[in-house]
Amino acid sequence: MIVINGTPHDTEITDPRRSLLDHLREDVGLHGPKKGCDQGGCGACTVLVDGRRVLACLTLAAQAEGRSVTTVEGVGRDGGLDPLQEAFIEHDGFQCGYCTPGQVCSAIGMADEVARGVPSRVSPEIGAASFDLSPDEIRERMSGNLCRCGAYNGIVAAIEETYLDGPR
Amino acid sequence: MNADPIVGRAVPRRDGPAKVSGAASFTAEVPVEGLAHAALVCSTVAAGEITGIDLTEARSAPGVVAVMTHHNAPAIRIAPLLITLRGASFTRAPVMQDARIRWNGQPVAIVVAETPEQADHAASLVRVGYAPAEGRLVFDDLKVGAPQPDHVQGEAPAVLRGDAEAALRTAAARVDQVYRTPWHTHCAIELHATTVAWHDERSLTMWDATQAVTHSQATLAEVFDLDPEDIRVVSQFVGGAFGNKMMWSHQILCAAAARLARRPVRLVLSRSDVFRVTGGRTRTEQRVALGARANGTLTALVHEATTTTGINDGFAEQCTFPARVLYGADSFGIDQRVVELHTPANSSMRAPGESVGSFALECALDELAEQLDVDPLDVRAGLEPAAHPTTGKPFSGRHLLEAYRLGAERFGWARRSSTPRSRRDGPWWIGHGVATATYPYTRMPGGRASVTLSADGCATVRTAAHEMGMGTATVQAQYAADHLGLPLDRVRFEYGDSRHPAAVPAGGSAQTVSIIASVVAAARALTAELLHLAAPDSPLAGAGAGADDVEMRDGGLHPRDGGPGESYAAILRRAGRAELAAEGAASPPTETAQHAMHSYGVQFCEVRVHDVTGEVRVSRWLGVFDTGRIINPRTAASQFRGAIVMGIGSALTEETIFDERTGRVLNASLAEYHVPVHADIPPIDVAWLGHPDPMAPMGGKGVGEVGMVGVAAAVANAVHNATGRRIRDLPITPDKVLGL
Amino acid sequence: MKPFTYQRADDVASAVAAAAATPGAAYLGGGTNLVDLMRQNVERPAALVDVSRLPARIGIGTDGRLWMGAAATNTDVAADPVVRRDFPIIAEAIVNGASGQIRNTATVGGNLLQRTRCLYFYDTGARCNKREPGSGCDAVDGHNRMHAVLGASPECVATNPSDLGVALAALDARVHLAGPAGGRTVELLDLHRLPGDTPHVETVLAPGELITAVSVPPPPAAARSAYRKVRERASYAFALVSVAALLEVRDGVVASARLALGGVAAKPWRAAVAEAVLTGAPATRATFDRAAAAALADARPLAHNGFKIPLAQRVIVSTLEELS
Repeated sequence: MIVINGTPHDTEITDPRRSLLDHLREDVGLHGPKKGCDQGGCGACTVLVDGRRVLACLTLAAQAEGRSVTTVEGVGRDGGLDPLQEAFIEHDGFQCGYCTPGQVCSAIGMADEVARGVPSRVSPEIGAASFDLSPDEIRERMSGNLCRCGAYNGIVAAIEETYLDGPR
Repeated sequence: MNADPIVGRAVPRRDGPAKVSGAASFTAEVPVEGLAHAALVCSTVAAGEITGIDLTEARSAPGVVAVMTHHNAPAIRIAPLLITLRGASFTRAPVMQDARIRWNGQPVAIVVAETPEQADHAASLVRVGYAPAEGRLVFDDLKVGAPQPDHVQGEAPAVLRGDAEAALRTAAARVDQVYRTPWHTHCAIELHATTVAWHDERSLTMWDATQAVTHSQATLAEVFDLDPEDIRVVSQFVGGAFGNKMMWSHQILCAAAARLARRPVRLVLSRSDVFRVTGGRTRTEQRVALGARANGTLTALVHEATTTTGINDGFAEQCTFPARVLYGADSFGIDQRVVELHTPANSSMRAPGESVGSFALECALDELAEQLDVDPLDVRAGLEPAAHPTTGKPFSGRHLLEAYRLGAERFGWARRSSTPRSRRDGPWWIGHGVATATYPYTRMPGGRASVTLSADGCATVRTAAHEMGMGTATVQAQYAADHLGLPLDRVRFEYGDSRHPAAVPAGGSAQTVSIIASVVAAARALTAELLHLAAPDSPLAGAGAGADDVEMRDGGLHPRDGGPGESYAAILRRAGRAELAAEGAASPPTETAQHAMHSYGVQFCEVRVHDVTGEVRVSRWLGVFDTGRIINPRTAASQFRGAIVMGIGSALTEETIFDERTGRVLNASLAEYHVPVHADIPPIDVAWLGHPDPMAPMGGKGVGEVGMVGVAAAVANAVHNATGRRIRDLPITPDKVLGL
Repeated sequence: MKPFTYQRADDVASAVAAAAATPGAAYLGGGTNLVDLMRQNVERPAALVDVSRLPARIGIGTDGRLWMGAAATNTDVAADPVVRRDFPIIAEAIVNGASGQIRNTATVGGNLLQRTRCLYFYDTGARCNKREPGSGCDAVDGHNRMHAVLGASPECVATNPSDLGVALAALDARVHLAGPAGGRTVELLDLHRLPGDTPHVETVLAPGELITAVSVPPPPAAARSAYRKVRERASYAFALVSVAALLEVRDGVVASARLALGGVAAKPWRAAVAEAVLTGAPATRATFDRAAAAALADARPLAHNGFKIPLAQRVIVSTLEELS
């Protein structure tokens, strides 16, 4: 059983080779998580597993058993978009839109990591009690999500604006 | 027209909510009943013959539905090249028709199975024997005496004016250097995906991630000898393309395999397939030689470029185009050569030719400026020609000097230190560089569009065009709304389906103006239809009004002389029509016959180079562009920025590595081919002049590619300013910077 | 990907038993490297025993050492307050590697056992002694810019890509194992083997042995430490070279020094000779230059990776200067 966007799913995983990504896309019908490389090189498949951002392409579906998975389809609120998603539109944080679901999920997980005290390569003091969400921090922490259209400026602006006062 | 134009407004993307929520459906996500999945088997040698294919294990693997090789593939004709305007291919290579191997990575079998996992595994069980032959693989051995191509994008391969070499010999100042750029790969994040369903033996639907819907339809008709009317190609959202999502072998193979399997088949290329089955950007070797007087004016401009293609493919990348148009000189020696290699075909990749060609030219200009001890921006300004320097045509619109002035002020160029290796912030050397950009204006012939008015006063514009992130759906709705005199929310724009009127491929930064010209034609036809329809009791009736006598505004037709008009809804209602449609074909693109038409720009950057490690980080950027009227500042800015990002990648990290012993792409993954990540990209400032081009429809010129031109040169020039080291081969890596 | 069976282990004993009972079994941690390699048909296990839910505790043991369960994720180690305060070089090395998403899944044990990024190893269309023993090495005379300058052999010139491993090598970490024959402990520096003529044998692990934990003694209290990584792309890229250094200076003299290098060898490379040069010597640029020269004295460049030798030396010197 995997809880997907709040709903328990008992869809049988008949082939152990099936990745969480293909499970979500092919078996559950959630196409938000994207396949950009299938080898952990682009971040387009990023989903949240138990609240943490992971690459669905390198996760076997069987490994997600008993976990709670959130895809971009599950991040909105009250049937509408999350403020982060609104900010992506406002700041033109995408062009083709293919990496966007991964960027959105990654940003949510990233903000949570900052709140939990996970350091980054550019954190001024690795032992600090807390970390700021400066543009430099956002850029470093989001570097696992490639955008070949080059919408990075807009993505960083959207994240900065959304999490100015910390994650929600 | 709308009195308060929508063109020019920063309208948010129409597909935004769908894209940020995962609702936008890409090609690999189209639901199809009874779908089977395919995987490719690709050659591991670059040249030679297949001696045998053992399918025993593959055929008996679980879930396998069909396996196709050259033994059982149907007859498939050669796909027409993109340059012919009839197709969208970059290669003349036959698709699985014989035992011959033409490049390392050529598909030699396609396996169809019930699931993607089964197809992938069965593909790994196909055993292929090869008799390898000596391939044409070593560029440095083959470049000597390389032939001129028949043409370079339709232009002469060489332009000789005066005796440039003689002028070089006697020049007061002289730069004569060789610059090199490596192969590049587009790396759109969406993997190439195709789904094909045959309806009967002679008709099919293909959902494809393509930037050439109409030309894919034409190609399938050609290669399988079908009627184009029986082929539907659908491409709604495309997850990035950059010139690479044209017609390759995989779509044709997917279609053939679907016919063999008698099932709808989906083929999603693996990331390594994308690197090896489709082509990227050629490597280049370029000599630029500049002869100058002490005042900086050029007595000679030499640009000789050698590029590569696959065997018999014929695509000569236009590296020397910037040198033909940017600067005045007394003599020109421009020459292009092409080396055929057993590699994937050379394809168009964002700003093909200009991006890498400008690296050589714009670095050489910087070297000349250094030698003359003149500001590099002033050197360029001093070379501004009054007319196209090699054709003599008048410029339709060119405001480079203004862009230089505006850019210099906005960037703070005057505060740059002219002495290399003189600014430092801790361990980081700081440098500033500049380069000029240009990209030709193109409007491809053949585009069509339709406009359908409905009784509720809404309009739907249809054309088989593409939305790959440029903002097509948004900007075309803006343009159409203005042209039809409707509010934006009353205009729909439908695209990405060959059932719509034919469109040109998305390429050459030409799609926007090409569609606009089609919409203009359709609207004109619609006007005639409306006048025809206008009943005798219409205010428009009996006025003897022709299409030229009325204008589309305020949701209807209105006589230009100020008489009473009537709304579209009223005309339709009176005529008892639910809707009214008209189609038009874009006028022939004659505007370039008499004028030199180009987009221009200037790139300014600041880099920081680590004293110890030689790592280069870009810390500031400004691009100022002269691309005519901008329809949507928001999407245009993103296009400029995106192109600059790709240019920064080409400057610092990107290189497709071929093993010259085997012709095989080695770093065929996004982990090892390094496109820029968030951390590589600083805030990018962009600005544009916005002067409408008097010769272009709506005054607009292309914005998608010019933004990449000059970027690598600006970085290299800034690295020189920071460190005193001149890097003439890309990418600019720490070992080169440190001279290790 | 070759078909395989999957089972999840609930504890170490059942994991070891399951692996022992299943021919061709491999342990699956986070899967960030193994699943990728399986999809490339480079790794072809017949069975996976998922050990990602085994103990993942991070903390100071009664022996005063830092203990990290093998299944602890890279992120959890890097975020651990004790790690960040007392073993900051571990956190620094981790956050210099991979991406946020990968660090959230990748485990301590898996990190140490990740395979090389040699392009020929990854490509089943190329020859590779590591992947297919005896098939030859296409890297030795091929594109070898990223390859090893230390400890390589004519059979294999691949590098170990771990960042964490370099920091652990500098810290005298130990690796704790469980296997069919019981438990044992090896020094991290002894975990990986140099390629020699058996490059496919990368570690001293016996068949069926599982890393259960990594422990690290507290570094000298007065030592300062740093992890420095050089790469073209600013993030999400493997090292051209990396340096982990701990330096303790008293009265202008080096009291103790630890130096490890990444990106230069088939294993995290401890530069013991350089440490000997440093220890007891004045903490000066001249000393650091001599240490850097000593660290790379045995280096042998290939056609395209010669730059790594001076680059590593430069980084060693600047890191030591920074710490002194």
